[in-house]
Amino acid sequence: MNVFDSVQFTWRALSHARLRTALMLLAMAIGVASVIVLTALGEGARNYVSEQFSSMGTNLLIVLPGRTETTGGSPSTFIGETPRDLTLDDALALTRSSLVKNIAPIVVGAAPVSRGNLNREVPIFGTSAALADIQSLEIAKGKFLPDNAISQAVPVCVIGATVKKELFANKPVLGKWLRIGDRRFRVIGVLESKGTTVGMNMDDIVFIPVKSAQALFNASSLFRIFVTTRHADSIEQSKLRILEIIKQRHQGEEDITIITQDALLSTFNNIFKTLTLSVSGIAAISLFVAGILVMNVMLISVSQRTSEIGLFKALGAPPKQIRNLFLSEAVFLSLLGACVGVIIGHLGSYGLTQAYPAVNFSAPWWANLAAFGVALVAGIVFGVSPANRAAQLNPVQALSRR
Amino acid sequence: MSKSQITLQDVSRVYRVGEQNVYALDTVNLDIFNGDYVSIMGPSGSGKSTLLNVLGLLDTPDKGHYLLDNIDIIALSEIQQAHTRQNTIGFVFQAFHLVPRLSAEENIELPMMLAGIDKNLRKERVKKALQDTGLEDRAHHRPEQLSGGQRQRVAIARATIMQPKIILADEPTGNLDRHSGQDVIDVLENLNANGMTLIMVTHDIEIGNRAKRQIKMVDGKIAQEIKADSIN
Repeated sequence: MNVFDSVQFTWRALSHARLRTALMLLAMAIGVASVIVLTALGEGARNYVSEQFSSMGTNLLIVLPGRTETTGGSPSTFIGETPRDLTLDDALALTRSSLVKNIAPIVVGAAPVSRGNLNREVPIFGTSAALADIQSLEIAKGKFLPDNAISQAVPVCVIGATVKKELFANKPVLGKWLRIGDRRFRVIGVLESKGTTVGMNMDDIVFIPVKSAQALFNASSLFRIFVTTRHADSIEQSKLRILEIIKQRHQGEEDITIITQDALLSTFNNIFKTLTLSVSGIAAISLFVAGILVMNVMLISVSQRTSEIGLFKALGAPPKQIRNLFLSEAVFLSLLGACVGVIIGHLGSYGLTQAYPAVNFSAPWWANLAAFGVALVAGIVFGVSPANRAAQLNPVQALSRR
Repeated sequence: MSKSQITLQDVSRVYRVGEQNVYALDTVNLDIFNGDYVSIMGPSGSGKSTLLNVLGLLDTPDKGHYLLDNIDIIALSEIQQAHTRQNTIGFVFQAFHLVPRLSAEENIELPMMLAGIDKNLRKERVKKALQDTGLEDRAHHRPEQLSGGQRQRVAIARATIMQPKIILADEPTGNLDRHSGQDVIDVLENLNANGMTLIMVTHDIEIGNRAKRQIKMVDGKIAQEIKADSIN
């Protein structure tokens, strides 16, 4: 029997038992679609997080107080103690390095922000003018914090889009006064809506000068220092230089942690790749289940077509030919199911992207190949047993079956 | 005397039933010649169908020798036996054994498709077979749309499409009314008249008696053989 006849014969056999074929196709399609959708979810999440970190700025180093170290003690000592706070003077000292382009010291807190009788609790970000450049913040109205915000407690603020909407609605905002905690600040700028970046809603935030934030929260320490380097290839060198400067200022103690953006991205990429592979693996279980269903249905098919198999033997078909006929049915079903599954999977991914436009849920190319591959292997592996059973049937007994 | 086409020498086929050996065929010796018309009769369980299955290479004897065109069939591999069956033997069954999802012409074409014969040649042979059996207007009908007699004629066309030397018919009229049965026997006898060896198992004495050689089986043995010329 040539290939064309074999395909035609298989198609006729499958189309004759429509419900059975449709159920098997559905099972295989669900398995393949699961793989496609779940990998699309994983990849979408990975890309989203990558974009989020990229939007934090380029050539970025983040300086944290305390040193991440494993001490072998109780959980509280997993993260090293913080012998000294990071201070504004520490931050300013970093500008001595020619490798450093910008610094943005950060003080974070939350305070009630009110205007007239409107009041809401808002995260307050104390920082400097450089943050706008570091984090690519876009200003919808007015301007960002002034250059002297790093050294003077200037009573000005820049507000996020949500804060503006809640407190000012459509009224003019620039030059108006806001009460933050027990202090008054004049609004000098409104941020362009940016949404959430690295877990922080940039629309629901108020930026004030770092000195003002320290005074507002009565804190001398910094939460972080964002540092950008002049050149992408000097990040490691800059890291060493920052360590050196802070060490000198902290009496020889290396009591800070420096995170590079690349390291963060790489870590998150690895986490999400592992996650994507894991969920794909879980989805592949449904392909395994579909394979078992294919085997069961093929066994039923062999049982129902026993006399037909006996006839084929009487007509001179050798066992190998009968085996191949049944195996090709299983493989044909699996591949057809995989095609349907890929279509459903991509439609599902498209639907997810429509529902959550911020994330591009798109299955990687390898997910399509893997889904097809696993479906094909499932078809062959689970088709072999019924095909062998058909090939080994005794022709006399097979012909006597109705 | 013409050359022996089939030779069975001391052929036995034993089935194990519980603790006992049951001889479906017991030391059967038989010669069948080119163009013979042989009927095999006997009561149920006498070994008629087993003999036909052994002759058709669907069953293998436990003892003895089976020579087909002087070739020791039992010594052949499974694939060689399948090949011999494909090219030398045509089967006609009581239950027709037509593939329900295939049309009449597709059922007739089936043995050639399994043998990998070129599609054009297949179409040509099927067309002629449909003409020969008077089923041209039923070519695209499925078995369920055909009468019993028409189904058996399709089965006969299928059995002969590979142009075998031997036709083995197992109760070919068993599921047919008298008129259709007569038609089927006429078709089979016509094939025999054209040189095919016809070996037919039947319960119908009247039909069996039409054969040139009538073999009566009892308990797995050939109890009696009657040749038509000895009757006449």
